[in-house]
Amino acid sequence: MNAAQMVTALKEKFGEAVLSTVEFRGEHTLNVTLASAKPLLKYCRDELACDYLVDITSLDQMGQEPRFEMVYEVTGYSHHQHLRIKAQIPDGEEVPTVSDVWPTANWHEREAYDMMGILFAGHPDLRRILMWEGYPYFPLRKDFPLAGKPSDMPDVGFTGIAPMADGPFVTSAGAVDTVTREPRAKRVE
Amino acid sequence: MVAPAESHAVYDSKIEGNIVFTKLDSAINWMRKNSLWPMPMGLACCAIEMMASACSRYDLSRFGMEVMRFSPRQADVMIVAGTVTYKMALAVKRVWDQMPEPKWCIAMGACASSGGMYRSYAVLQGIDHLIPVDVYISGCPPRPEALLEGLMRLQRKIEGEHSFTEQKQELINELT
Repeated sequence: MNAAQMVTALKEKFGEAVLSTVEFRGEHTLNVTLASAKPLLKYCRDELACDYLVDITSLDQMGQEPRFEMVYEVTGYSHHQHLRIKAQIPDGEEVPTVSDVWPTANWHEREAYDMMGILFAGHPDLRRILMWEGYPYFPLRKDFPLAGKPSDMPDVGFTGIAPMADGPFVTSAGAVDTVTREPRAKRVE
Repeated sequence: MVAPAESHAVYDSKIEGNIVFTKLDSAINWMRKNSLWPMPMGLACCAIEMMASACSRYDLSRFGMEVMRFSPRQADVMIVAGTVTYKMALAVKRVWDQMPEPKWCIAMGACASSGGMYRSYAVLQGIDHLIPVDVYISGCPPRPEALLEGLMRLQRKIEGEHSFTEQKQELINELT
């Protein structure tokens, strides 16, 4: 079975739940409803022999409703066909976990929670994985600045703000020649 | 161009025997600078260059620094080699606090000196926000020769210290 046939099989089995499919340069993506995501993924593992969950990631489409989008990439060692399943989630809604379908989803979902604040229902150990417990923000959301926000948990961790522009280490883009563009040409006030 | 170190008087042991007259500070500094035991805080890619400079081509052993003590209690100089994330920063500080005096710190590479190319929410913008740095080595990563130059600069800094004179001054101040 190749990926296109798998997409057809999924559309037949799940009908209305598959909202749309996209094919681009051999990559097949299905947009599904949130409620059907887990049954569909389970079907992929059980019937379509997709025994390898490559990645779980999430997107913050700030300004659009629903705000977040979950992306699951699966493949199988026997057939080497890749499938991508996407599901949109409104802010605040919990996503059913797939860590009982593929155990590797445990850490991927922890990362999605840590970075985006998406909660996973039924996850055995949902806590932060990259930042520390008690860190107050979700860093990869669109409304969080790249430079970071200051926070302080004594003895656990602290963060500051990274200087984004100016300062002695930044080159000037609009300078006339390479000498004045040099960072060391700037005087620190 | 590196300035050459001060030349020392020629010493003939047949004439002068096996006795040297010197200042205690100079003797102590000579011993310290020629047996700096590094504590390699190798956090990222700079650690590879540090390992390379300890290997046979750019030998650290000729400086007496091949003894990479991973226990801070037994080390003299902490070489912070690599990106210091906020999550790791407190661990680095704790290791630094465990090192006994006299201790020095080398910030190796752009990330340890100033956060490097990572201006973001997760990276500490330079280890000098937390601990006092003696020598900064720039580079991403610095070549082993650059690390050796930094270590030699630290040796020259140690040559100029006045540890015994300061201790004597403190003692005199206490007694009076």
